Amino acid sequence: MIHKTNVRAPAWEIVIGLEVHTQLSTNSKIFSGASTTYGAEPNTQADAVSIALPGVLPVLNKGAVERAIKFGLAVGAHIAPRSVFARKNYFYPDLPKGYQISQFDLPVVGQGALTIQVEPLSGPSTGSGQTYEKVVRITRAHLEEDAGKSVHGASQGMTGVDLNRAGTPLLEIVSEPDMCSAAEAVAYAKALHSLVRWIGISDGNMQEGSFRCDVNVSVRKPGAPLGTRREIKNLNSFKFMQQAIDYEVQWQIDTLENGGKIHQATILFNPDTGETRAMRSKEDAHDYRYFPDPDLLPLDITPVMLEQVRATLPELPQAKRARYTSEYALSAYDANGLTASREMADFFEAALSDVPGQAKICANWLIGEVSAQLNRDDLEMAQCPITPLQLGGMLKRIADSTISNAGAKEVFRAMWAEGGDADSIIEAKGLKQVSDSGVIEKIVDEIIAANADKVAEYRSGKDKLFGFFVGLAMKASKGKANPAQLNDVLKKKLAG
Amino acid sequence: MLNSSLLQLGSALRAKTISSVELTQLYLDRINALNPALNAYITTNFESSLAQARAADTLLASDKAQPLTGIPIAQKDIFCAKGWRTTCGSRMLENFIAPYDAHVIEQFNNAGAVNLGKTNMDEFAMGSSNETSHFGAVKNPWDRNAVPGGSSGGAACAVAARLCAAATGTDTGGSIRQPAALCGISGIKPTYGTVSRYGMIAFASSLDQAGPMARGAEDLALMLNVMTGFDERDSTSLQRDKEDYARDLSKPLAGLRIGLPKEFFAEGLSQDVASCVNEAIAEYKKLGATIVDISLPNSRLAVPVYYVLAPAEASSNLSRYDGVRYGYRAPEYTDLADMYEKSRAQGFGAEVKRRIMIGTYVLSHGYYDAYYLQAQKIRRLIAQDFENAFKQCDVIMGPTSPSTAFDLGSKGDDPVQMYLSDIYTIAVNLAGLPGMSIPAGFGSNGRPVGLQIIGNYFKEAQMLNVAHQYQLATDHHGRAPQNIEL
Repeated sequence: MIHKTNVRAPAWEIVIGLEVHTQLSTNSKIFSGASTTYGAEPNTQADAVSIALPGVLPVLNKGAVERAIKFGLAVGAHIAPRSVFARKNYFYPDLPKGYQISQFDLPVVGQGALTIQVEPLSGPSTGSGQTYEKVVRITRAHLEEDAGKSVHGASQGMTGVDLNRAGTPLLEIVSEPDMCSAAEAVAYAKALHSLVRWIGISDGNMQEGSFRCDVNVSVRKPGAPLGTRREIKNLNSFKFMQQAIDYEVQWQIDTLENGGKIHQATILFNPDTGETRAMRSKEDAHDYRYFPDPDLLPLDITPVMLEQVRATLPELPQAKRARYTSEYALSAYDANGLTASREMADFFEAALSDVPGQAKICANWLIGEVSAQLNRDDLEMAQCPITPLQLGGMLKRIADSTISNAGAKEVFRAMWAEGGDADSIIEAKGLKQVSDSGVIEKIVDEIIAANADKVAEYRSGKDKLFGFFVGLAMKASKGKANPAQLNDVLKKKLAG
Repeated sequence: MLNSSLLQLGSALRAKTISSVELTQLYLDRINALNPALNAYITTNFESSLAQARAADTLLASDKAQPLTGIPIAQKDIFCAKGWRTTCGSRMLENFIAPYDAHVIEQFNNAGAVNLGKTNMDEFAMGSSNETSHFGAVKNPWDRNAVPGGSSGGAACAVAARLCAAATGTDTGGSIRQPAALCGISGIKPTYGTVSRYGMIAFASSLDQAGPMARGAEDLALMLNVMTGFDERDSTSLQRDKEDYARDLSKPLAGLRIGLPKEFFAEGLSQDVASCVNEAIAEYKKLGATIVDISLPNSRLAVPVYYVLAPAEASSNLSRYDGVRYGYRAPEYTDLADMYEKSRAQGFGAEVKRRIMIGTYVLSHGYYDAYYLQAQKIRRLIAQDFENAFKQCDVIMGPTSPSTAFDLGSKGDDPVQMYLSDIYTIAVNLAGLPGMSIPAGFGSNGRPVGLQIIGNYFKEAQMLNVAHQYQLATDHHGRAPQNIEL
């Protein structure tokens, strides 16, 4: 399971486990009817329960439970028929009750697993080599409520408290320490991020804190027992995660190699300096005094409820990947690319339904041109300005040789910028390629006649001149000649 | 009028013999005159009460009146009532104006009852004498040197002194039954989950249960009809059909099997109380009941188990009082931790702090298994004892409290002596069973004695029947203390 690494002394192994807090996409809070909409004016979404007035009580939001079950089913986990909400007690101004309602020894989701595709990253703690598949075990996932936010310096050097976020439903997903590099940790986090959006339980918006990662990192000599871990808190970007792990791993190795010891601690990553810094040590760790919340009954999940949720589960990325390679004969690379997000896969399948049998070319366009253009315009797949129907219409014209690849690129650019369907763009821009063999032969004959000297050079062995003739012929056809056909005709005629 | 039952008051109101405004004013005048000495109420709001009375009179003029419409009810200061100061007997909430109504308050408002004021109580319902209230001790109207019991001492005093027609209380370990016994009135704590806890300030969530306090069982039945009912805002509220708790009041008791647990008549029970309880049992035999000797072997563990579980829950429930959003905040502090420490040190009284400390201790790492978990196991054994007992009998009877009301200040230095005051009531809360106390005479010191009746789950109507038949045959519940007439 453990990969050797290339970090200065290759004798060190890296061990990483993740705890991910993903915000569930319910309209109201986990224990009250207050809205969960992001970005409202401070405390406008804090009802009596959110501010923990005397006498208020929590009532569990069923939507949050359904989403937790959905996640559990998606990672093949055991769903507890009975789980228990517990109180985690500590004082902080953004924690209005003085305790957080969470789950402790009986979580709703038990052991599961997530298969990830690891792409090597550049960086010192990266495993080397090719993209590979790996199974990361999930220890558990449990429901809990989010805390509010302290707003420092809100007024005249005082700290304000915004309780809009207090009570927002979270699913905390805990992995086993199965990852051995920043690349694997990032791949796992990305796969998880994609999955929670894929099954529709979270918007996964990292800027808004809907997907936050705590990363436990330790290093050890091969075969040695696990080293002491330090936990990097609250990483909300994959880039920072990689940087933080790289820095932390290096720091731990340096410390140990210089004869130092690692002390268990909670640390923060500073993106400006690229460094990690201890926040609190184990000695100041809280005693949270967990106990079952007497205000909430145990959460019972019946087989009927389980099946109802299962029926709402979409085809999962892994199943899709397998189907794409078997049903459409796509490569693993293509299948991965197409299942990078649910939107991408949906787009692919919708476009493909318009041009059955053209899976490969459809995949090429989506993974190539479409993704690149989205990237350039800084857009998500969901915001893609062209529809599957538009893309399918264009692919149809590539497939039936109405347009060349060059022409297709022009159609694509026009569709992206101005909309419209492929056929009318082809018509308006006159992009229809010439496939009439008579016309192409006539052009080729004229070129051969007009360039007798070059033809002689070619025939005497100067093969490189072939491109020269293609260029001339294309120019003569105003770029519309069917390239494959033109090649054939040219080859034949030049051969004499 | 002051000695009328709720049924009689309702009839008088509907017959226009008296208006709700007149009736309310009558009680407000009495509160004005007597409360300075008795201290039964923490907060009154005459304007608000009279406004409700006027609205009730309008209802009474139409045909929309319900049984309690226009009747002035005292509310324990543990229930949030919109626009009313709601202190829970604590300095922490001395200036807290509740912005919403508890379910219980809503139910009374919907019934057209008049909220007469908020009654005094032990701080956060922690106490058996009412002496832990930040707003001063309540006096027992039968003897002003004696405590009224607690924590619903203000309510019990107000009912006994005719400062309200009836009152609400809450009972976590005996807080309705013990003050009812000590003040010579009736009170019932229904099955856990019967009355919604929404808006009722939490002490120990798994034990807290609201119930009515009144002079007789008949009144309790009418009160329960209003207070009970499913409420989706309380996850522990039970989804059951609405029932009429007065339906069985007049059933004869022939064939009733009364279980007497030997543990309730052992060492520690005062002679006064024992003889009153025995007389009551004799009366029940006359009414046709048979006596069954039973045993509740684990009941001796009820007090220690309770003083693990209740403080554990309380230590967490009271964490919200941190001085950040509402409630008391220390005037001076250096930083956040200092603000927490000073606000809580100054805002809470000694008994509350003691229980927060105990609760924090029993939940802390390394002690949880030995205390909290062990106590939960014994709690189940205690419930099993009752389950076995109810195979042999229909109701269980015994003393409510081991002695009559003790003198003010007499147990102040000894919390354990104080805790033992609830030795017979606590097991009922641990099991979630309904329990009640009715007046059963007086000790040689002239202070009242209570008879406790414990029923099986959801047997409130039967218990009220058992109590009512006794009250038809006796007059203990009809007696009034001296020195309360104007």
